[in-house]
Amino acid sequence: MAGKKLKTILATDCGSTTTKAILIELTDQGYRLKTRGEAPTTVEAPFEDVTKGVLNAIMEVEELSGLKILDGDQIIHPMKDDNTGVDVYVSTSSAGGGLQMMVAGVVKAMTGESAERAALGAGSIVMDVLASNDGRLPHQKIERIRQLRPDMILLSGGIDGGTVSHVVELAEILAAANPKPRLGQNYKLPVIYAGNKKAQDNISETLGEITDLDLIENIRPVLEVENLGPARDKIHDLFMEHVMAQAPGYKKLMSWTDAPIMPTPGAVGSLIEMVARKENISVVGVDIGGATTDIFSVFQGQFNRTVSANLGMSYSVCNVLAEATLENVLRWVPIDIDEGTLTNRIGNKMIRPTTVPQSLEELIIEQAIAREALRLSFIQHKSFAVSLKGVQSQRTISDAFDQSGSGETLVDMMELDLLVGSGGVLSHAPRREQAMRMMVDAFVPEGITQLAVDSIFMMPQLGVMANIENAEMAEDARKAAVEVFEKDCLIRLGTCIAPIGKPKPGTVILTAEFELPGEGKKIVELKTGEIIVIPAPYQAIKAKLTPGKSMSIGKDKGEALETEIFGGTVGLILDGRGRPFELSTEKSKRIENLNKWSKATNEYPDTELLGGA
Amino acid sequence: MAHSYTPGLKVLHESKVRKDRILPLKGDVMVEAKASVTPDDIVARTHLPGNVQMLNVGNLLNIDPTDVEEVMTKAIGSKFLKGEMIAETKGLFGFFKSNVMAPIECTLESISSITGQVVLRDAPIPVEVDAYIRGTVAEVIPEEGVVIETEAVFIQGIFGIGGESRGELAVVAEGREEELTADMIKPEHAGKVLVGGSFISLAAYKKALSMKVAGVVVGGFNYVDLEEILGYTLGVAITGSEDLVTSLVLTEGYGEIRMGSRTFDLLKQHHGKFTSINGATQIRAGVIRPEIVIPLNPEDIKGDVHAVQINEGIQPGSLVRVIRAPYFGRIGTVVSLPPELQKMESETMVRVAEIKIDDKVMVIPRANLEMVETD
Repeated sequence: MAGKKLKTILATDCGSTTTKAILIELTDQGYRLKTRGEAPTTVEAPFEDVTKGVLNAIMEVEELSGLKILDGDQIIHPMKDDNTGVDVYVSTSSAGGGLQMMVAGVVKAMTGESAERAALGAGSIVMDVLASNDGRLPHQKIERIRQLRPDMILLSGGIDGGTVSHVVELAEILAAANPKPRLGQNYKLPVIYAGNKKAQDNISETLGEITDLDLIENIRPVLEVENLGPARDKIHDLFMEHVMAQAPGYKKLMSWTDAPIMPTPGAVGSLIEMVARKENISVVGVDIGGATTDIFSVFQGQFNRTVSANLGMSYSVCNVLAEATLENVLRWVPIDIDEGTLTNRIGNKMIRPTTVPQSLEELIIEQAIAREALRLSFIQHKSFAVSLKGVQSQRTISDAFDQSGSGETLVDMMELDLLVGSGGVLSHAPRREQAMRMMVDAFVPEGITQLAVDSIFMMPQLGVMANIENAEMAEDARKAAVEVFEKDCLIRLGTCIAPIGKPKPGTVILTAEFELPGEGKKIVELKTGEIIVIPAPYQAIKAKLTPGKSMSIGKDKGEALETEIFGGTVGLILDGRGRPFELSTEKSKRIENLNKWSKATNEYPDTELLGGA
Repeated sequence: MAHSYTPGLKVLHESKVRKDRILPLKGDVMVEAKASVTPDDIVARTHLPGNVQMLNVGNLLNIDPTDVEEVMTKAIGSKFLKGEMIAETKGLFGFFKSNVMAPIECTLESISSITGQVVLRDAPIPVEVDAYIRGTVAEVIPEEGVVIETEAVFIQGIFGIGGESRGELAVVAEGREEELTADMIKPEHAGKVLVGGSFISLAAYKKALSMKVAGVVVGGFNYVDLEEILGYTLGVAITGSEDLVTSLVLTEGYGEIRMGSRTFDLLKQHHGKFTSINGATQIRAGVIRPEIVIPLNPEDIKGDVHAVQINEGIQPGSLVRVIRAPYFGRIGTVVSLPPELQKMESETMVRVAEIKIDDKVMVIPRANLEMVETD
């Protein structure tokens, strides 16, 4: 390997409210999480210096680990001896609202969508997508740009050598709006042009003087190819150079780190992408926060990320209610509750976002809302994670009855191997069974799907570690990121086995044979509408799954499947509710079912005590 | 001593209130340092660049974009009146000319030889900032605005709608438990800030709007009824830009919740005084809460203000309010702050506080407590 072996790695994530630090050490069992610390983020008044929060979080790490990391307000790195300093220090950031971008493309569903994908993939929040065909008049677009004040703009449009005038028209609209950056008055707004190569001179002429313009490779050089890499890299560079440099204390923080600071979601996304590539699997990752829900996916080797900006559990909890409707939230609640009281309670959570559920009833309501927030975010993700639109494909006569074409979603639940959940409501659910149930109910996995939760939300720090480019450190840092992700970050909940099809009531829809470690063979029959949990540790388990005649488990209807699956903290969860899954519209039946499933999965202490059933 | 950082809303009987009155972009400051101002005085003024209109003159005249500059009647930077000709083709032997008129009074900003677009800018939009509260100009920030300072009663609400408003304070509820009903709102309340007790219904608030009441301060309001006032479902608590005659400030939250006794008593004590209120709320990083500011007359200033130690957090003896079910809205005194995590009924492991409410000691998560900050 290149360079010396890394022994200790310190990584921080500066969130909008909390700064979290983790310390990773090389042990006999490889790289492991040694300890973590956290402190309030200090970007806003009265401190206005992000490094203060970083130092406080590191101080907590120092106290817990016994390692001396700080010398005054300096991080000692590289390591001086076994008890002093760390080898590497890296950080991510989403403080101050993260990276906020506006993107523009000529055709909304083509270059506009590619530009949006590049910006989201780099970890930004996309405030708006401007397009020549978005239905707005020029003055409406101008007004919108002036109103939004993004951190930077990504402009794309046209294939290389194609028409110039459309993309130049977009540039003229930008020039007329003359947008000002959100942070700092003394610099020009960064604009990245990633469109038709032939238009570069005209774009420079239009935007060169009034903006800080960068010309890079076309994001869509030909219709069939999407080239997001250069745009994503440029966004990261500009995030460091402009946005971060304007935020209080970041210049100092940037001088401390051994690798560029990454936007938090960008780091999480790159970690998910890395895991999918390494294991050659399809992965969906979700981070449900107080204000937003981020979903990352890798299907057929293609990475996608979406941010549902106003679907969260506290600041935007009422928006979940508005978008999902009260009826949809209530369908997950196995108790009778007055609607007026419930909406007022949810409203009070929005205006007092830091409160926690004290009573069981409050917890059940919160987890019902989480199911809907996850479900809606995933619907948004599925409609965005699509194959390229506008691509012509040759069709044979055998394709004539196949409706698939360009712009189809890449998300295939039957293909999904691993579903990873993160964020307070999932990571901190009092019972792991609750996290598993929320994910199964919201994402409705099909066939065989492993589920896991992030133990303490350290994916951002591991993501930035995996992205260190310095040749001396890169290999070890990447190894450390993968090992810690596997051993300390991911809590394996188990595997969900869900046959697809519309089963008849009372029929056996799956016969499963498992070779359980230490227990031998176990045969289970799953009936329509049942959920069965089989405790099993995170070990390889041989399984033979034979679906009922009208059901499928990944092969043809009724065809058995022999495979290897994994248990986990919860175990194997056999979901006999059918796919597509629908709750009964009859209230008493719905409540009876919810209580039955809750009992079967050991989800809540005893909901019947609340007067539900 | 054990303590915990807990957010709190201010209920201060005497406080030095400073308000930044800043322009959205640079302009002129209209007042001088130390000047006395009243709420309606304009303290700063500027002009925002006008809106932009784009016209594709190339398309409109059916000419090549490179020829657009030639057909324009005036140069870049020139002004046009509405309906004035901005471009005209030469036509054929001086006949069959086509032309384009200015759709608005504007200035010609640019001409594109690639797309044929011309950019026209509207007249600048004047923007004025008033003093909002009665007080003195404590600081002048050249070209940007001023800071107004006053000795005042200062009360923060938890949520509000509508922006800045002002008027004479009228406490119409007998007690803090009393609902502010429609029949309590009279024509003489126009332009006044009404104080109720625990609740205002949608019907009563609508009556306040129709009577042109300047503001309403109550304990609670129903969340679902906000939709009818705002015209949309409030998904995220960011308000203040609504165009409402009657600003609404909730001191406690959603639902029927009696107003905190200190808040109600303080407002009652200042019945009849001129008051400024602002319903603007932003619950995100950099939180903004709605507020009630009642500037004090010199004879009312006792000078017994002691700086409130916001960062001290709650300690045994602190007065706190429970801000989540099942004890929502109850006020009690902190008995102790046990350091170890405790399991709640929901099985959530949290840091707790033991609170004495009506002579009974209850265990409540610290995250569900709000400090009642009084002076």
